[in-house]
Amino acid sequence: MGEITTGHYVALSVVLFFIGSVGVLGRKNAITVLMSVELMLNAVNLALLAFSRQWGNHAGQMLAFFVIAVAAVEAAVGLAILVAIFRLRETTNLDDMSTLNE
Amino acid sequence: MNSGSMASGAALVFPDLSGGALNPLLPFLILSVGALVLLLLDSLFAKRNNLPWAMISSVLPLLALATYATRWPGQSGTTVFGPMYIEDPFASFVGILVCIATLFGMLLSETYLKKMGRYRGDYFALLAFSASGMVLFASTTEFLTLFLGLELLSIPVYILTGFLRRDQKSLEAAMKYFLLGAFSSALFLFGGAFIYGATGTTDLAVALRSAPQSPMLQIGFVLLLSGFLFKAATVPFHMWTPDVYEGAPTAVTAFMATSIKAASFGALGRLLYNAAPVTQILPIPDMLWWIAVLTMTVGNFAALTQSNIKRMLAYSSIAHAGYMTVGLVSFASSGDTEALAGVLYYLLAYTLMNIGAFGVVILWSEKGTERLEIGEYAGLGWKTPALGLAMTIFMISLAGIPPAAGFFGKYYIFRNAVEHGYVSLVVLGVLNSALSVYYYLRVLVALYMRPATREFTMDRSVVVGSVVAFCGLALLWIGIAPDTVLPGVPALVGWVRESVLTLR
Repeated sequence: MGEITTGHYVALSVVLFFIGSVGVLGRKNAITVLMSVELMLNAVNLALLAFSRQWGNHAGQMLAFFVIAVAAVEAAVGLAILVAIFRLRETTNLDDMSTLNE
Repeated sequence: MNSGSMASGAALVFPDLSGGALNPLLPFLILSVGALVLLLLDSLFAKRNNLPWAMISSVLPLLALATYATRWPGQSGTTVFGPMYIEDPFASFVGILVCIATLFGMLLSETYLKKMGRYRGDYFALLAFSASGMVLFASTTEFLTLFLGLELLSIPVYILTGFLRRDQKSLEAAMKYFLLGAFSSALFLFGGAFIYGATGTTDLAVALRSAPQSPMLQIGFVLLLSGFLFKAATVPFHMWTPDVYEGAPTAVTAFMATSIKAASFGALGRLLYNAAPVTQILPIPDMLWWIAVLTMTVGNFAALTQSNIKRMLAYSSIAHAGYMTVGLVSFASSGDTEALAGVLYYLLAYTLMNIGAFGVVILWSEKGTERLEIGEYAGLGWKTPALGLAMTIFMISLAGIPPAAGFFGKYYIFRNAVEHGYVSLVVLGVLNSALSVYYYLRVLVALYMRPATREFTMDRSVVVGSVVAFCGLALLWIGIAPDTVLPGVPALVGWVRESVLTLR
């Protein structure tokens, strides 16, 4: 077994990102989709940290902190919109949200 | 025992912020700090919802516009915090467009929100936050700032889209916009991470020049580009546009249709400028060629069959993104900044004609319900002659018929494209433009050639009326006016040319 290199981390990151994007595009429950977006953002974080270690500078780590903060903001706003929809419609299913399709 | 650890951190040097070093940041600071003040005011006066929020908040874009005005002309550009924030005439021009759209968005909102029964102060703070993000987005080559600008401009707009929280359409639009927007910003981020991984720097101006051959950087660049194209609403990232524009409160649609377009095309221009080494290797101009053709065609064909005016204007905005992409094609292939100047001119005309058209839609809506079906406009051209005339100017400008500015904008972009050898692209663009005349004129046919079907009442609003009048006059002015008394078209063209000369 060899050493764990940046390539391994990036490969894992790509796999996680892919799983996340399949979740966003394929799932019908808004909360699951939100979780998938978070998964994609964390996959990016993993790649950023691996690259940061590889290059020996802190730009990637710094960026990762901002990504974490923005992910929290997005989760807050996304859940707030979802709560507002749930109050009105009692559903979190994206297929039920189709009044805009003509 | 602490002295050792402090000494090891001595490499951290803070920039000297004395003597007005932060002045280039002023427009951004005015908008973002001002938004915080608005939030504070809103919480202090939460009981009384009758503060003149539009008047209070419009001070912010006006102040920002004033700082831009003091910089003009003859400024070659400065940077703050290294590449983090670039203040050059290009950024100023985009910032001015954003501030105009924000100012008019705020002025349109008061009347609209009162009609809809959702008049709140935090709404105006969110508009200002979003504007500050747009200013940031177009003023940087550093990926970190670019990302923060993108999120700062998007997240308030997600909230604003769902601002009518008793309205199912508004909330659905917010949900769709939010999920797709978050997805696209994840793609954008992943692209940035790859570019960083390939080069070890997050400054795109350095990174894209240092290793254009690296496949990892190229993948990263394409992912990054898709994030921009999503915000600019071009095919294949346009699917959200009609739903979101239709569902969002009309004043928010007016704001986001114009300002986000300006910010994202501005940022895209700066990115393509710095990405020249990569675009020579990857077939980026060819890719943009197809995107331009598909965006124009899909937008126009879909707009043909719409009966809801917001949906029609949404598809038309997709088509306009296509025309502007034509300018980007000639810019990306030749690096000739003149092609980008055409895009800037078009953005100005586009901002004025869309704000104006949505302003008329807001004026024609009644308390609690909106008048959005084009069929409901029957006879309104005769009942409200001034508004009918204004709507006529906006529609012929959108259709690209002289003398309005929309015609000159298209001419400017298409002429540049012909000069760079994109004749077939221009032919397709002109055909598309001819097609679009059909659905814009349909509005005018309803206004003037159909008998009024029912009683029409309208509460007049001086503020919205003057915004509409200003947009209509300005469109004619920047479409035909010579440089005699006031600066006209030649001065404006000189101005946009000067803006792109020192682009970095």
